[in-house]
Amino acid sequence: MTGVLDVLTHTHRPPVADKDEAWKDEVAPDEGSPFRPLYDDSIKFNGQPIALVVAEDWEIAKFAATLVRVEYQEEHAFATDLEAGRNKATEVKKPHEPRGDAAGALARAAVRHEADYFIPTEHHNPMELYATTVVWNGNGRLTVYDKTQGVQNVHKFLCSVFGKKPDDIRVLSPYVGGAFGSGLRPQYQVVLAMLGALALKRSVRVVLTRQQMYGLGHRPATIERVGLGAKPDGTLDAVTHEATAITSRYEDFSRNDSGWAEQLYKSPNSRYSHKLVRLDVSTPCDMRAPGAASGVCALECAMDELAVALKLDPIELRLKCYSDRDQSEDLPYTSKQLRECYARGAEAFGWSRRNPAARAMRDGNELVGWGMATGVWEALQMPVAVRIVLTANGHAEVSCAASDIGTGTYTIVAQVAADALGLPIENISVKLADSTLPQAPVEGGSWMAASSAHAVLGAAEDIRQDLARLASTMPSSPLAGVDAADVTLVNGTIASNGERNDAVSIADAMRYGKLERIEKQKLNQFAEDKSHARNTHSAVFAEVKVDEQLGVVRVTRVVSAVAAGRILNTKTGRSQIMGGVVWGIGMALHEETVMDHRFGRIMNANIAEYHIPVNADIHDIDVIFVEERDDRINRLGVKGLGEIGIVGVPAAIANAVYHATGKRIRRFPITLDKLLA
Amino acid sequence: MINFQYSRASDVADAILLLTAHPGAKLIAGGTNLIDLMKENVEEPSRLIDISRLPLRKIEETADGGLRVGALVPNSDLAYDPLIEQRYPLLASAILAGASAQLRNMASVGGNLMQRTRCAYFYDTATPCNKRHPGSGCSAIEGLNRNHAILGTSASCIATNPSDMSVALAALGALVHIAGPSGEHTMALTDFHRLPGDTPHVDTNLGAGEIITAIELPPRGFAHNYSYLKIRDRLSYAFALVSVAAALELDGNAIREARVALGGVAHKPWRSLEAETALRGQAATIEHFSHAADLLLQGARAYAHNGFKVELARRAIVRTLMQAASATPQSQTHKKIA
Amino acid sequence: MADAANQIPNRIPTNLVVNGVRRTLDLMPWTTLLDALRDHLELIGTKKGCDHGQCGACTVLVDGRRVNSCLTLAVMMDGAEITTVEGLARDGALHPLQQAFIDHDAFQCGYCTPGQICSAVGLLAEGRARDADEIRELMSGNLCRCGAYPHIVAAIQQVMGRP
Repeated sequence: MTGVLDVLTHTHRPPVADKDEAWKDEVAPDEGSPFRPLYDDSIKFNGQPIALVVAEDWEIAKFAATLVRVEYQEEHAFATDLEAGRNKATEVKKPHEPRGDAAGALARAAVRHEADYFIPTEHHNPMELYATTVVWNGNGRLTVYDKTQGVQNVHKFLCSVFGKKPDDIRVLSPYVGGAFGSGLRPQYQVVLAMLGALALKRSVRVVLTRQQMYGLGHRPATIERVGLGAKPDGTLDAVTHEATAITSRYEDFSRNDSGWAEQLYKSPNSRYSHKLVRLDVSTPCDMRAPGAASGVCALECAMDELAVALKLDPIELRLKCYSDRDQSEDLPYTSKQLRECYARGAEAFGWSRRNPAARAMRDGNELVGWGMATGVWEALQMPVAVRIVLTANGHAEVSCAASDIGTGTYTIVAQVAADALGLPIENISVKLADSTLPQAPVEGGSWMAASSAHAVLGAAEDIRQDLARLASTMPSSPLAGVDAADVTLVNGTIASNGERNDAVSIADAMRYGKLERIEKQKLNQFAEDKSHARNTHSAVFAEVKVDEQLGVVRVTRVVSAVAAGRILNTKTGRSQIMGGVVWGIGMALHEETVMDHRFGRIMNANIAEYHIPVNADIHDIDVIFVEERDDRINRLGVKGLGEIGIVGVPAAIANAVYHATGKRIRRFPITLDKLLA
Repeated sequence: MINFQYSRASDVADAILLLTAHPGAKLIAGGTNLIDLMKENVEEPSRLIDISRLPLRKIEETADGGLRVGALVPNSDLAYDPLIEQRYPLLASAILAGASAQLRNMASVGGNLMQRTRCAYFYDTATPCNKRHPGSGCSAIEGLNRNHAILGTSASCIATNPSDMSVALAALGALVHIAGPSGEHTMALTDFHRLPGDTPHVDTNLGAGEIITAIELPPRGFAHNYSYLKIRDRLSYAFALVSVAAALELDGNAIREARVALGGVAHKPWRSLEAETALRGQAATIEHFSHAADLLLQGARAYAHNGFKVELARRAIVRTLMQAASATPQSQTHKKIA
Repeated sequence: MADAANQIPNRIPTNLVVNGVRRTLDLMPWTTLLDALRDHLELIGTKKGCDHGQCGACTVLVDGRRVNSCLTLAVMMDGAEITTVEGLARDGALHPLQQAFIDHDAFQCGYCTPGQICSAVGLLAEGRARDADEIRELMSGNLCRCGAYPHIVAAIQQVMGRP
């Protein structure tokens, strides 16, 4: 057909690596064999790419793709249903070692609650479609514009898959239209675009459709079985949590769903386990607050059920079980202001006015419910390198391979650099997400704020040292002989600390040193500290109004009180938490990837029928940052905010729905049909 | 999307000529549903006949005190037209319950009547569907059918009609004006859409080469006692699980005239003359509304996942009639259900 | 396979006035307004989020009315005036809605933002939204996966001059 350039398939494509190791990216599961698009003739899941039509323009490619004829041969029966496969689950690595005899203690407990909670498969659905443009530079070198959370991860992956030298490929992703975990691993469109460019020796762009994005990773469906055994006074004797999750047949993807009670609730006996059911689906992947969003949802619903059984206020129960130590390693926390989260959140929400009985509060035709839950996430930090180039005109360029997926890395890097270099923020330019820039891991796990900020501090510190040396040796300098430790960069000057108010302008010092620019690159590594546990925490309060007859649920108010160390930027930080709350509302009420197991096919692979919240679903969201000074975790006391905002929200809403209606929905999302039943 | 030719009709007669001359052709106006389906390769017209510039955009008063609405009036213009807002607020409300502001700006009245089901199997060419591919089987009957019909279904198809506007038009007793190779004629809106029977691929009774030119609203507008209630999985921009258009004329508390139409439950907007007759002359009470709901839902048949719709529809009918009777119509922006 | 069904369609000359500039394009009829703007006019401010009228990222103004450009065939728009996000600023000054979105941090990843802003321009022109609930409902055709909705509503309220 006119305009069609090539149709690539497993029998017609450029060569790729054949060893699994070559296809394992930085965050690939340890166990298994990563998916290789167009590698061979085996079909692993419905929605798998099997051919790439390359044409002069997009519409022709789409048309030509409709003319490709495919012959299939069925090799074995397939299965995609988690619940049907539950009895075939295999146990994988435990989140924590068991303590005591949890099963026995649970069986003997005076008050016991044990139940299954079902979290369906969910898809990230960032607004931006996955796409890659490979620019053929003509000299054998390729510039790859990719949608990814980690350009260096993609770079290394492409070099190993296509047998390229590091200098042959450059990967850029300066602006990312959301990702939420879906871009942690290199996705298949980048491989397809590379195959196309190498086959045709010209530039190729591959843009996935929204439907095709349902063939990428997903939050795996899980059955979360939680058991809580309590004394009549509300202290816990036993916690058990067993998560059974979907994975693909070709990779074992697992996360920590079930271990979070170890951080939150004191119990002498505990057992946590994670099981996988291998099914004919694409490999799941991390999705905002992976593990915690699902596992803590179940745990916090179970805690609410236990509070009802004990006739205790839900906050009171949590305070009775409050753990000041991470029980798995018996460690104190670097900081844990969760008590203050409960107090501040409850006060802002008006929790004290809650009638504890279910179905006791109403507003006309609507039943009103108030629910709460705890949130917890890890405060992670990773090695990151940053380069700062300070020029004599008082401008600094800060560069790093890290990504900004909408989480505010650009802003944080600029403001920390401005602060450390004593320059106005307008004088700072930030370059990110280019594989040739200083090293950074994938942007995920809420680690990038702390990690990038401290890398900036490290490089800025080296610049300060150089400037101090210049200032102290300049003729007739007011800072003559001053020790580098005694100066700070402020207002474009090198200024002495303390009483002396002496300063030398950065421009003068650089002129004296005949320096047009000072360039420093530094890799920041955080000192290993196994003496303390590091977590962020939240207390989430939700009000729902449920139409008594029709089951329509409205989330009218959410208060999220977050303790996450020092908040580098309250404006963008607040937005992160607010976004997490919106995600939690979606998880509670809307989101579910629906599969027809007869075909192993996702039947709502679009964003009309896969419901995410729209503007009309979202009302008042109050974000409170509880002051949490943390001198131990890192120099700035920063913990990260990307995930903690969602954790706890689905449970708070489910608990509010129970409080409103007296109906306990353990199968998410809570759609109105479940409330009518 | 497959390839197609494009031509622009110069007038209604030209559109009919082009349609007749090109059997695989389809008319396009707003395109919001057709282009979507073409991108899914569900619709594969050989030619698009652009009728968007035809002079069918007027809203005019008819001799008998009704209104005639040109087929190309955009949904939003119709909903916000002062005559519609004052005299047919039920229609305005139903339109505003559907889609998004952008889509309502694009979608035409005629196109709204022609929109096709949102059944996931109809949309997915990888699965059998009698509506898309006659004789291939219905995937929904034994498959995922939470969104599907409970009334008027057949062994071939259990799809629903997704329109909100049509539900109000059915309740209002609207007429569809049609032009075709053999001249012009009108059809009651309730006769326009079909039940699936064993020909689910035929959605409407529009004949070959025919074009909708207008919708006619009868004089009775039920402007005092009406309500449109749409129940869905999120609070906006989602298709109905169940919707109810209710319109009453009251003498004090006595019902002089009643209309109830349902959306989201059948292959067409669902009305029951029996239910409406039973309401006439009765007091506007929950008991009578419940009885009408029973009559409307007579013969309802649930499938594996949509059984909730029967009870949901029953409650929604009563609620909507109560809203209509008390002149507190459901707001489409303030989401608390009145 | 040389039969007619496999031939690509003929190009049709199409005139568009985009952000005040008259542009003439030779387009195949299957090219949507969205793809014409992005791929033929290199106006990539308008975004493709779903390509099926389900997300609103592609919202532009056609003759002053907000529409989904992904469900609009460009050839049908012959003679129309199109305004995209690139056409909102005047004399180097941001449109008040653009400024308000910045003031309220009404976006995170920014991908839905051009559609949100064009949609909000259309909303203000329609004059149908008077309170926050009405803004929420009439902006529900624009999905934001980052969840910036409360800030989007606040930004629009700022421009409406209503608290």
